[in-house]
Amino acid sequence: MKRHTISVLVNNHAGVLQRVAGLFGRRGFNIDSITVGQSEEPGLSRMVIVTTGDDKMLEQVQKQLNKLIDVIQIVELSAYPLVDRELALIKVSAVSNVKPVILSMVEPFRASIVDIAVDSLIVQIVGDSDKIHSMIELLRPYGILELTRTGLTAMARGVFLDDALPIIEYE
Amino acid sequence: MEEQRSKHEWLSRVMKNDTVTGSEALVRSLLIEGVETVFGIPGGSTLNIYDAIHDFPGFQHILARHEQGAIHAADGYARATGRVGVCFATSGPGATNLVTGIATANMDSVPLVVITGNVSTALIGTDAFQEADITGITMPISKHNYLVRDVNELPKIIHEAFHIASTGRKGPVLIDIPKDVTSQKMIFQYPVNKPEIRGYRPDIDPNVTQIEKLHAAIAKAERPVILAGGGVIYSDASKELLEFVEKTGIPVTTTLLGLGGFPSAHELWMGFPGMHGTYTANKALQNCDLLISIGARFDDRVTMKTSGFAPKVKTIAHIDIDPAEIGKIVETAIPCLGDVKSVLQQANLHAQPVHAEAWLTEIQENKKMYPLRYTDSEVTLKPQFVVEMISETTGGEAIVTTDVGQHQMWAAQFYQFKHPRSLITSGGLGTMGFGLPSAIGAQVGNPDRLVVSFNGDGGVQMNAQELAICSILNIPVKIVIMNNQVLGMIRQWQELIYDNRFSHMDLSGSPDFVKLAEAYGVKGLRATNKEEAREVWKEAMETPGPVLIDFVISQEENVYPMVTPGSTIDDMIMGDER
Ligand SMILES: Cc1ncc(C[n+]2csc(CCOP(=O)(O)OP(=O)(O)O)c2C)c(N)n1
Repeated sequence: MKRHTISVLVNNHAGVLQRVAGLFGRRGFNIDSITVGQSEEPGLSRMVIVTTGDDKMLEQVQKQLNKLIDVIQIVELSAYPLVDRELALIKVSAVSNVKPVILSMVEPFRASIVDIAVDSLIVQIVGDSDKIHSMIELLRPYGILELTRTGLTAMARGVFLDDALPIIEYE
Repeated sequence: MEEQRSKHEWLSRVMKNDTVTGSEALVRSLLIEGVETVFGIPGGSTLNIYDAIHDFPGFQHILARHEQGAIHAADGYARATGRVGVCFATSGPGATNLVTGIATANMDSVPLVVITGNVSTALIGTDAFQEADITGITMPISKHNYLVRDVNELPKIIHEAFHIASTGRKGPVLIDIPKDVTSQKMIFQYPVNKPEIRGYRPDIDPNVTQIEKLHAAIAKAERPVILAGGGVIYSDASKELLEFVEKTGIPVTTTLLGLGGFPSAHELWMGFPGMHGTYTANKALQNCDLLISIGARFDDRVTMKTSGFAPKVKTIAHIDIDPAEIGKIVETAIPCLGDVKSVLQQANLHAQPVHAEAWLTEIQENKKMYPLRYTDSEVTLKPQFVVEMISETTGGEAIVTTDVGQHQMWAAQFYQFKHPRSLITSGGLGTMGFGLPSAIGAQVGNPDRLVVSFNGDGGVQMNAQELAICSILNIPVKIVIMNNQVLGMIRQWQELIYDNRFSHMDLSGSPDFVKLAEAYGVKGLRATNKEEAREVWKEAMETPGPVLIDFVISQEENVYPMVTPGSTIDDMIMGDER
């Protein structure tokens, strides 16, 4: 079992997210996280899906996704050196005397405080999953009131993947 | 001549770039796509469409009595002709009544274009009267689907839908059209070129290296077997398959959906494999060292427990148009991607005979020793006898459709199929209620062929209302009912797997089928022994219109051989009479 990060370029028609997510559910593939947003090309969106499974499952995921008419390109990003990022907002309980403590913790993570209220504050952090996980664990003892994460988005470093073949080719 | 002129006339009528409603654009588009017949039932959301049809007397619409009947008829039409089947239903309940038919076609890769009405755009999402999210509902069971939001897109969408349904691995495509779109005006212009759909590349050219590997494997094989499926029929590759088999000398088993794809009289044919397959085919699969799957997808009714399937195989080669089928169920060493016909054409160029004398002798011996058999009786009527009788008297030339259950297996076992597209059966989904309506569709597509539909007394009651179509349009299908007064296949499982604990398989309360037929204006006949069976079948064959024949058979008759679920094909039950 391995974690795979897959980038899927799709038509941004109504219902495409349902098609893709539905396919995962129906075929028993995991979705650890899924993010969608505009791509570099008008009319197309890019989904980044994180899934766990063996190589056989990954091959089926790619092949089955490929059968969807609205799917234009699939790239397994984990096959390349990649940049992956997630954003989290963490609302922490903070009476006035702990505020400086939290502030000092946030800095080494290059996270930031984006809101301060009387007895709470919101920490915003961007990074890979590990970094976000560590930040959350550090803040947990102070009382996390609310937490939201965007899920992972990712991109391969350097290489330009426009030629990546959507059909798995056999030699 | 006459026909050509009228075709020319309507073509010039429909090709004009004038202003029309969405409804007329739809009808014109269908005519341009070559659609001759649609099956359907109107409703509030599709009344504009039906109003437009009224102006096109050449456009044949067959009024079903249930939407499920309409879509199975379109499915039977498509399977029997190889053309795209089309059906119409209204929004909400009309559309949801199609779900079983869409799933049936999807599982068996049947090309359909399904047109549903929907409530007006402004009402979508408000729980309006007769609203259902049919595109959402059918996403997992269709090849693709569309919700048309702009009338100007309609011709392009229809053009794409026909392309998607009928290319690559074929399948059903649904087009949902809101009512306001059917009345909006547009300037009609039909796309002329083949649709360019990014993300859809159905044509895969055969890869020569892969085919060379296949030849190399054949040269090394000592016990090779071909497993041929529906893909052979759908890509019109029976001739190429025959040539491949004759050049290589490799024995063939055809799956249920592959029946007719290879002549059953051929000495290298072994029958069909799997749960109710022949001893010869199943043994060959269990002992082969090279397995060449051609347009077959390793359904669990064929493989049974996958872990025990083909335990001695060294190499599996898989020819398929759908890359996702390769490696889905079994590990494949030699994938041959592409349309079965073109891959086989390529393979036939350099196909060499196998060196497998001992293996071929063993197979011929098995064929002799373990043919499909049954114990005939002079007292009770045996269903196998009925199928054999029909097979003989029709010379294997009929188009056979079946429902689902024991009779389906008997028809598959004992009818001698000669031609592709002559068995129409719900293999993947196993849909009861399929037999009669699919026969209607097959007959409409082939007015000059004999169409015989085999049904159980259970399943025929699931769409018996379509007898009305047979009657009103004088569709001369011969409807055979194997009447065992029980849900036969259920009874068989309860006997063999549930230790005779018979639960809710008794069909007491069924109608007198002869009277039911007569109530619809269809001739009804009955037979309870062999002699009567011969007589009524003769009478049915001599009757020009539709006939329903109620063959009263014994309750206890089981389908053998049988491999029970959870076991491997090595543990085949051959039946008590052996
Ligand atoms: C729509 C549907 N419902 C239930 C089943 C399950 N099922 C499979 S075979 C069978 C019995 C069929 O009985 P009958 O139509 O009398 O045919 P027979 O097996 O007796 O030939 C049933 C209920 C099914 N395949 N399809």
